[in-house]
Amino acid sequence: MSFIAQATPLEAPPIDYGAIAPLLIVLGMACISVLVEAFLPRHQRWPVQVALSLVTLVAAGLALGLYAGTGPDGITTLAEAIAVDPPTLFLWGTLLALALGSVLLIADRSVEPGGAFLASAESRAAVAAGGGGLGGRPGKSGEERGYGSPDQAPTMQTEVFPFTLFALGGMMTFVAANDLLTMFIALEVLSLPLYLMCGLARRRRLLSQEAAVKYFLLGAFASAFFLYGLALIYGYAGTVKFPEIADAVVASPMSDALLLSGLALLVVGLMFKGSVGPFHTWTPDVYQGAPTPVTAFMAACTKVAAFGGILRVLHVAFGDSRWEWRGVLWAVAIASMAIGAVIGLTQTDVKRMVAYSSVAHAGFLLLGAMSITEQGVSGTLFYLLAYGFTTLAVFGVISLVRDADGEATHLSQWAGLAKRSPVLAAVMTFLLLALAGIPLTSGFTAKFAVFAAALEDGMAPLVVIALIASAVAAFFYIRVIVLMYFSEPAADGPAVTVPGAFTTAAITLGVLITLVLGIVPTLALGWAGAGGFVG
Amino acid sequence: MTPTYYLLLSALLFAIGAVGVLVRRNAIVVFMCIELMLNAVNLTLVTFARINGRLDGQVMAFFVMVVAAAEVVVGLAIIMSIFRTRRTASVDDANLLKY
Repeated sequence: MSFIAQATPLEAPPIDYGAIAPLLIVLGMACISVLVEAFLPRHQRWPVQVALSLVTLVAAGLALGLYAGTGPDGITTLAEAIAVDPPTLFLWGTLLALALGSVLLIADRSVEPGGAFLASAESRAAVAAGGGGLGGRPGKSGEERGYGSPDQAPTMQTEVFPFTLFALGGMMTFVAANDLLTMFIALEVLSLPLYLMCGLARRRRLLSQEAAVKYFLLGAFASAFFLYGLALIYGYAGTVKFPEIADAVVASPMSDALLLSGLALLVVGLMFKGSVGPFHTWTPDVYQGAPTPVTAFMAACTKVAAFGGILRVLHVAFGDSRWEWRGVLWAVAIASMAIGAVIGLTQTDVKRMVAYSSVAHAGFLLLGAMSITEQGVSGTLFYLLAYGFTTLAVFGVISLVRDADGEATHLSQWAGLAKRSPVLAAVMTFLLLALAGIPLTSGFTAKFAVFAAALEDGMAPLVVIALIASAVAAFFYIRVIVLMYFSEPAADGPAVTVPGAFTTAAITLGVLITLVLGIVPTLALGWAGAGGFVG
Repeated sequence: MTPTYYLLLSALLFAIGAVGVLVRRNAIVVFMCIELMLNAVNLTLVTFARINGRLDGQVMAFFVMVVAAAEVVVGLAIIMSIFRTRRTASVDDANLLKY
């Protein structure tokens, strides 16, 4: 144990508070939000929590804008654990904007009276005692409406707001992490609140809880793989910092088997979070079972965070060994696109269909992430921005189509929706076309940017496969459009709820950005290409 | 004793944990298998710290323990809540979401 005696006294590393201010604001306010939950009486919590979350996101956005306008080009701080460089700033901005939309959806209490989340604890106990084992079926709408006394306004558990902020803080750390250990901690900080948020639905408790259990067990399994990969790479390189791993890849005396098996396990963990290809099995179940506002948050923000992390790992740490891993990732990308496009065709539930579409999109994103060029980075970043806002708005729209038992997500219930609500059908059509990648929407520009980057980096066969996959995927988006416009509405079909201000704002935000990025993408493309990773 | 044996042992423990997750039915046992995988990783980290003659592997093991503890809190809460509504913790019975 001689090396213990040699250790010199530790010096605290310098911290660049300006650079990490957005991160500190989000995590600090998340702690305050927990205190609010603990000390305020129940009826005051909802307005305070909503205001607190919105103020946090705006303040973090301002701090980010201030730093991006004045700060240096790319730095690392906290002993090189956090890298604040142009891609990080872009991803932070994207995450904050998407979280703003998600918080608006989560906070809405007009669509579902009292909000989509579990009512107070007493009514939950009543549900558990009276209706155990039977929830989740249609026709039991009355039992889970715990409003307290009849004259009281419907309440909801507001724990979901601190969860959202903690998850957001984890995501922001995840995309900025410059070593594997920070990345692992951030992965857990973002995952643990999400597992809980999945299980909070007011309606269809059993589906929601089942989604939470599945997400939790599979997520913990995947993070164990990530961690074992971390350990093997630590053994290979003697360090977990990305730039030093990149040096060790060229010079380490250890066996390459250690590096490659470590990288493989690491990538399994990352791909799981990004719901890529064969590691996607949790995605449809969790998207369907979780409350729709949470699904929106998860689908948009987790995807951004996961691919931000994948980009940094592949580019900074393993860019030089790309010829060794690229073949495997080709197979993963093809599997992801094929699974998403083909199984998506057979889905009968709107939320599951969007989930499989997200698997296909993960394959397209992987194309950009595999291109170790500047175009690869900027294309992927732009894709994440575009995809995030489109998905957010899609789930916002899905939450509005309801019948007596809550959301009507079965595709047959969407038949003839255009006759009942032309506006909603038009918005949904536009968003689905954006997901399919039709020109004049952000989806087209994003796909173009990513495919062009992949083509330039010598992946022409993969681009051809991706084009075929997007053609197949376009079929199931268009099937929904045809169903909405050219079918007769069912007699007892769902009604379209008139959304409150919050949901309207979130959907408008998503639709506007999808449209603007499709027509004038130059500005966002310029930001996405502002610079590369440090290190 | 060469440190390599510890690496082999930890690989074995990790594999036992992974197989356990795949074959066991009870959510609690599945969760214990995941904890076994995390502990196997701890052994790997400490062994590599020894081989490389550096301390940071041991420090990382502490981080992993803290994360594992947090995961237990969240995991047991979720498993408890589904046990209360279903009266079973079998992962085979959680089969409403499919296709």
